Amino acid sequence: MRRGSLVEGIKRVIVREEYCMGCRLCEIHCITQHSKSKNILKLFKGEEPKPLSGIYFEERGPTSFALQCRHCDDAPCLEACIGGAMYRDPITKRVLHNREKCVGCWMCIMVCPYGVIKADHSEKKVASKCDLCIEAGFPACVENCPNEAVILIDQYGRRVLKEG
Amino acid sequence: MESKYAIIGNSVAAVGAIEAIREIDKEGLITVVSDENVYNYSRPLISYYLGGKVEERNMYFRDKGFYERNNVKLILGKKAQRLDVNKHVVYLADETIIRFEKLLICTGGKPIVPNIEGLSEVREGVFSFTKFSDAKSMLSYIKLNGIKSAVVLGGGLIGLKAAEGLLARGLRVTIVELADRILPNTLDKEASEMLERALVGLGCSVLKGDTIIGVSTTDGVLKEVYLKSGRVIPSSLLVIAIGVRPNLDLIRGTSIGYDRGIIVDDQMQTNIAGIYAAGDVAQAKDFLTSMNSVLALWPVAFRQGKVAGFNMAGKETKYEGLFPMNSVEIAGIPTISFGLSNPQDGENYEVLVKKDGRVPLYRKIVLKDGRIVGGIFLGKIERTGIFVGLLKAGMDVSSFKEELLQDDFGFVVLPESYRKHMIVGEVIET
Repeated sequence: MRRGSLVEGIKRVIVREEYCMGCRLCEIHCITQHSKSKNILKLFKGEEPKPLSGIYFEERGPTSFALQCRHCDDAPCLEACIGGAMYRDPITKRVLHNREKCVGCWMCIMVCPYGVIKADHSEKKVASKCDLCIEAGFPACVENCPNEAVILIDQYGRRVLKEG
Repeated sequence: MESKYAIIGNSVAAVGAIEAIREIDKEGLITVVSDENVYNYSRPLISYYLGGKVEERNMYFRDKGFYERNNVKLILGKKAQRLDVNKHVVYLADETIIRFEKLLICTGGKPIVPNIEGLSEVREGVFSFTKFSDAKSMLSYIKLNGIKSAVVLGGGLIGLKAAEGLLARGLRVTIVELADRILPNTLDKEASEMLERALVGLGCSVLKGDTIIGVSTTDGVLKEVYLKSGRVIPSSLLVIAIGVRPNLDLIRGTSIGYDRGIIVDDQMQTNIAGIYAAGDVAQAKDFLTSMNSVLALWPVAFRQGKVAGFNMAGKETKYEGLFPMNSVEIAGIPTISFGLSNPQDGENYEVLVKKDGRVPLYRKIVLKDGRIVGGIFLGKIERTGIFVGLLKAGMDVSSFKEELLQDDFGFVVLPESYRKHMIVGEVIET
């Protein structure tokens, strides 16, 4: 296991479905982390607009898991974006999304084979996706998963833990 | 001048190629030539600009430093006039000579102009709609002359997006489409009708099974439009949007092989070594038919440009072929179509449909031999990419096909091995 900064190399959040209990805390913490207040109580007591979570939570019978942007090496959304809104962060190598440049054409939704980009209709219509919470230091979904089902891995498939 | 790489055209295929070349070769000079005097703007955004939804500063899909950072010499506002394939030389209109080792032709498409009586006498009021300058001159024409209504010839993507932009500017718009429905090439009848109802709801008139046979002018300014049906529409603005064809001007008279577009192999190379083509001008492998076809689509152009760029810089890369796919929002209704979305020889296909005309919502998946070959998603489009991915993967979906149109469809219903391969991949616990 590695402890380290999120800054070097492509990382992705994955879920080990055999450990997922379906509590959906990952979604709640994702929404909180991307809200204005970043406070779970204020947020759920009425902060508007609430951000979309960067997670698709899937559940059927005993199987459940969270799915978010893979930050692909060869990301089709980067090629499909007609506005140059989807871009690769030169330092962290994340696939990020510039809401101001997005026109809501949904080409990214058409080409993402993981189906993890959402259409956000809250203000102007824009796409919405996982940003790996780099500004906060560590992905909120990983940090708050009570059963370590949601984990962070590096480009070699090695698990990355939070520093400290 | 000498340039290791020459790129003719400056749209998305060119940008894809520049980025690919610079991944491999940081040094070799790249020269880009464009007859347009403008930076790398996004062509699909011109309708958003027309409608006032995107400002000029957001028309550019790469930042201002893009060319400098990538060591690209940019020659704007000059047409590449002639190509000598034996000497590897491009001659520009002003006699500038560019000697290249590798050439990429990505000259895009030219709007098709139909035979309309009186059209040659029009000095003002008729526009095509493929370039930034088209949108700008149309806007200033509207403002200067207080134009209140417009006719759009062509109910395809370009025509509909132009109509939407004009509606947003408060014009009364009439769309004239020769087929019996709008978007005849990408949608089926059901989906076309849903979008048509939405457009009509915005105050747009849609005339189908009709076309324009003549126009009249006053002092060179468009005055009336005459339809085949006998109808006469008074209008001082006509947008011609019946399609584009590959712009082959540069290669005519050379030994470069072409059919509808420039024929390329699976490395995007033409029949002449060292000369490549990509984007709307190229006729390349089609994933679904294994034939060569021209697919004038943004993501296709980017991918082709990127593959060409890698091969030009010496990294052998194969173009796997793509298929028709488009995502567009018309009258507030998002619509994605991909692959064989409306097969004509119906008996060879199985079609799954879910619809609700009131919302509107329409979801259609076309299967052949248990595999997804196309689809239409209208109204609710999230996660459509999963289906496009299943098409590319060639996965047999027959064991779970009744799940495909369920609201909660996702990886959870896919076979466990495929799901884990897709969503987890390799994890090494160390």
